[in-house]
Amino acid sequence: MRARGWALVTALLVVAILFPLYWAVIASFTPDSRLFASPSLVPRALVLDHYRALFGGRDFWTPVRNSLVVAGATTVLSVGLGGICAYALARLRFRGKAPVLAFVLAVSMFPQMSIVSPLYLLLRELRLLNTYPGLVLPYLTFAMPLTIWLLVGFFRQLPPELEEAGLMDGAGRLRTLWEIVLPLSWPGLATSAILTFLYSWNEFLFALSFTLGPERYTVPVAITLFRGQYQVPWGQILAAAVVATVPVAAIVLVAERRIVAGLTSGAVKG
Amino acid sequence: MAAIALKRVSKVYPTGQTAVRDLTLEIVNGELLVLLGPSGSGKSTVLRLIAGLETPTSGQVLIDGRDVTLVPPPRRDLAMVFQSYALYPHKSVRENLAFGLRVRGVDAARVDARVRETATALDIEALLERRPAQLSGGQRQRVALGRAIVREPKAFLFDEPLSNLDPTLRAGTRTELALLHRRLATTMVYVTHDQEEAMTLGTRVAVMRAGAIEQVAPALEVFRRPANTFVARFIGSPAMNLWACTCARVGDGRHLVSPAFSIDLTGIDVAVPDGAGVYVGVRPHDIDIVPNGEGNGAGGVEIVEPLGPVTVVHLRVGGLGDDFVRVVVPADSRIEVGDRVTFRVRPDRLHVFDARTGQRVIDQHGR
Ligand SMILES: Nc1ncnc2c1ncn2[C@@H]1O[C@H](COP(=O)(O)OP(=O)(O)OP(=O)(O)O)[C@@H](O)[C@H]1O
Ligand SMILES: [Mg+2]
Repeated sequence: MRARGWALVTALLVVAILFPLYWAVIASFTPDSRLFASPSLVPRALVLDHYRALFGGRDFWTPVRNSLVVAGATTVLSVGLGGICAYALARLRFRGKAPVLAFVLAVSMFPQMSIVSPLYLLLRELRLLNTYPGLVLPYLTFAMPLTIWLLVGFFRQLPPELEEAGLMDGAGRLRTLWEIVLPLSWPGLATSAILTFLYSWNEFLFALSFTLGPERYTVPVAITLFRGQYQVPWGQILAAAVVATVPVAAIVLVAERRIVAGLTSGAVKG
Repeated sequence: MAAIALKRVSKVYPTGQTAVRDLTLEIVNGELLVLLGPSGSGKSTVLRLIAGLETPTSGQVLIDGRDVTLVPPPRRDLAMVFQSYALYPHKSVRENLAFGLRVRGVDAARVDARVRETATALDIEALLERRPAQLSGGQRQRVALGRAIVREPKAFLFDEPLSNLDPTLRAGTRTELALLHRRLATTMVYVTHDQEEAMTLGTRVAVMRAGAIEQVAPALEVFRRPANTFVARFIGSPAMNLWACTCARVGDGRHLVSPAFSIDLTGIDVAVPDGAGVYVGVRPHDIDIVPNGEGNGAGGVEIVEPLGPVTVVHLRVGGLGDDFVRVVVPADSRIEVGDRVTFRVRPDRLHVFDARTGQRVIDQHGR
């Protein structure tokens, strides 16, 4: 009885979450003429018009590529550098560790809105406006603290004896990190990579402020700028949203399987 | 092959806990030194100081006469077996064994040969492709041992390597470790709180308390001539009887007198002045149950513990407070709870300690 109740609740939740997505996917295949005609759950005609327009007429590839580059670079840098940072904070003994951690957290607490203008001026001085680094660097300031906090927690719960065994076996700190800590940290690394990627893939404010032309627009910015003065191309917007969502959802699903596998096969304790 | 020395080493943890205080210890090349002590006495800390996993707050660590106090663990060339084994969970047994050789840049063929040799010696060849999670506790222990010996390090450090094994396996592995030490003749430092392990394995035993060494001596010596009351109480099972007595002249002889009994010291050399307070220690094996009238004292039997080969009898003796007198009797003796018996202490087996300092004052057997 209880189990069935939970199943029902879960089902409702899943439907509530998936319905807008379903609606968007269906709508993106519906011709403009029918879009506002008679909404129905089961579509009558599916056409690729919007997608054709998206990639043919508008060159949606460019924002997709921009987003991939920026989000990818942010993720790699954030997990790479943040991972090393987190390892040091989790394992090495040095003065002022707690203040450093608190400071790192504080940095990520700034409301984004409040630092847009100073960052704009800074990036202009550095001639980084409308460049990939001009987005990646600001993203890192928000992504790294998150990564560091996640990974510090993760590294701390690995038994330190494994690393000590590595040291006794003659491996230096870096080698131990590479051959022993990293392989055991897959779930943590994957989680922070996904979160970072999602954050930078969806980020809007900085992307809008620090890019100046279509050649550097990221997906969210490009989609926003679809709307013309007199009409809003809903079909294309929805098609673009689907294009922006599906690959990410796929990546997360695949990675999640890995995370779960990593967690259960852990058996970290000797 | 290495001689290891600690010179006036202290370790205060960042928490303010002093784990080792002003400890000096020399470990001779090729010996198996056991660090024995109660929980929290600083044994693991000493081992970790030798390994380089902790840096001393003061003092020096020397390996083969070279000061390695600040040398990091990878460059000390020692191997350690952890209590939890700390096998790399994501590596197969083969990779676990090979890792230490690989990081040292040994060529692949040689690594392979060494791993095979070691696996054969430890009888774990069949397990080489498994992950640690797929091994039993005993098998993990062997792999951990293999990971240490495969590298042929200068010395081995063991931190309670047998404490996670069941008693039968523990006894078997203990014997193997002794054989291993004989075969390799490499310096070993072995931490345990199990005195049986210490006595059977150790060339020498260092008894630790509260971060300091109370006595370092060959295993039997620690048992036969404990240096102070702590070692006397700690070593030996069942524990030694210790009583507060005074040395007094009774008639024409000297006696050790306590409220519960009196022991004639005729023919025994006690270097304490008359009237001085001492602790007298007698092992339960060195007390006999005798017919009435021939003993040093008497008491009522409160507990009878048959251990198999022998039986331990706890006597309640008036004047000793809550302390029992522990006596080991043959397993076939007919002693039962409630009996009143007379006991006699073998006067040549006494251990006498200064009541104030707790240090040993006479030598047993007149030595
Ligand atoms: N990393 C640490 N930080 C702070 N205090 C510690 C640390 N490691 C050990 N101690 C303290 O130092 C003292 C000695 O600890 P140690 O682990 O050396 O004892 P031990 O003799 O090995 O005990 P056991 O038999 O329980 O393993 C203990 O009081 C312990 O609480
Ligand atoms: Mg310990």
